[in-house]
Amino acid sequence: MELTKEEKDMLAGKYGKAVKQSMEILVSLGEIFGAKRLIDVSSVQIAGVSYHNLGDAGLEYLADLAKDGKVRVLTTLNPAGMDLENWKALGISEDFAEKQVKVIDAFKKMGVITTCTCTPYFIGNVPHFGEHVAWSESSAVAYANSVMGLKTNREGGPSALASALTGKTPEFGLHLDENRQAQVIVNVKAEMKTVPDFGALGYAIGKRIGNKIPLIKGVKKASVEQLKSFCASVATYGGTALFHMEGITPDKTTVPKESIEITQKDVDGAKKDLNDTDEVDLVAIGCPHLSLKEVEEVAKMLEGKKVRKEMWICIARPIKKIADMMGYTKMIEDAGAKFACDTCMAVAPLKGRFRCLATDSAKACFYGRGKNSFKTRFATIPELIREATR
Amino acid sequence: MILQGRKVAKGNAVGKALVSTDGISFYGGVEPETGKVVEKGHPLEGQSVTGKILVFPAGKGSTVGSYTLYQMKKLGTAPAAIINREIETIVAVGAIISEIPCVDKIDIEKIKTGDRVRIDADSGSVEIIK
Repeated sequence: MELTKEEKDMLAGKYGKAVKQSMEILVSLGEIFGAKRLIDVSSVQIAGVSYHNLGDAGLEYLADLAKDGKVRVLTTLNPAGMDLENWKALGISEDFAEKQVKVIDAFKKMGVITTCTCTPYFIGNVPHFGEHVAWSESSAVAYANSVMGLKTNREGGPSALASALTGKTPEFGLHLDENRQAQVIVNVKAEMKTVPDFGALGYAIGKRIGNKIPLIKGVKKASVEQLKSFCASVATYGGTALFHMEGITPDKTTVPKESIEITQKDVDGAKKDLNDTDEVDLVAIGCPHLSLKEVEEVAKMLEGKKVRKEMWICIARPIKKIADMMGYTKMIEDAGAKFACDTCMAVAPLKGRFRCLATDSAKACFYGRGKNSFKTRFATIPELIREATR
Repeated sequence: MILQGRKVAKGNAVGKALVSTDGISFYGGVEPETGKVVEKGHPLEGQSVTGKILVFPAGKGSTVGSYTLYQMKKLGTAPAAIINREIETIVAVGAIISEIPCVDKIDIEKIKTGDRVRIDADSGSVEIIK
């Protein structure tokens, strides 16, 4: 790989230990994956924030980099293992909380904006079409590449952090236009109306095409919320980091020869797969984190009602602040639902605390089942609110 | 027999091979405290990867897996080395930051569980000593 003078100096340690270590990761990756050079990135989203996932070793790793590492570009964080302010009410232990705060402090010391959300695109990490970025968080990566037209590989926590500390990423994979072309046409012959419809579509497509890049045809309209849900689902069940949706996503693509069809039966089958019949004891929405429009809708639906089950609203703290300002928070809390900012039902340590999770997110069903051994119910937000207030 | 591959993460190791025909997800698929494979239905389910020359086609699953490998290294439960058919970023980054010798582009069908294997990651070579 060809490095500039500055990059060589970074690798040689002239910019400190954190930069040197980061450059070693990026150059190794570049060499393995055949990159010719490093390119500048304008934004980073870092995963690997929950203490539950990092453990003491991960915390040590971050604290070590924080000794002399400072981010060079706008960098935001994935959800943590708890609400950083309201963790007690959500049943998190003191010990866990103390470690989680240390993780966040290490990121803060490096200059990372510690917003802790899987939807950085809702809280101001919004590069423009065509920019190269280094994002982790599979749903945000799919959203960035597909909906926003950014260029990023599916980064892991350490490589995204390395990009933040150097402002660089090796140029391979989805940074190159030739690798961003659709590989299979997906003809959707099903009615797409609700957020779970899109989650089920992501499930059905993901299971059929794995990590291939699809050109999806036949979806006439899709809201930001529906696309967010689709991204999370298709990335979880398939591994796709980029899709093209005719008439909806902005990037251009060549048209592949191979094509498959997704029917109403496939979408209904996906919904059936995600629906167990058990009694629900946790209703949780906001995977990925709730949009402003969703929190407004939830507030209006909950106004004057009382929830009779544990209900969590998972959301980025800045969006919650707007909800505070608009009176939505009060409407939701008066109904007895709880906010879980900075975290969500997929990353918080919930195993053993609940038996059956009801959610509008196909991705949350996957992690609920796999990580927490929950049964799951999969429904629209109005249906979930009916379930919670029944 | 010597197999020639490509360096992913530097270092040398000698040990017993543990071969999986399926990919491995370190996050969720391997318990860092014990080094045991816990993924249900995985060909290595219940077996420990600790100290082994771990041979599998490729990594899979969550990108958090890189940190899981790092955690395992610190806890002393990591494999002694990793051999893949085709590397992907999760295992690559995990091996690099954890300093676990790692080589890919190896014809892994040639290696059997229990074989004594020497890996010289710097030159990308793997020797089956038997």
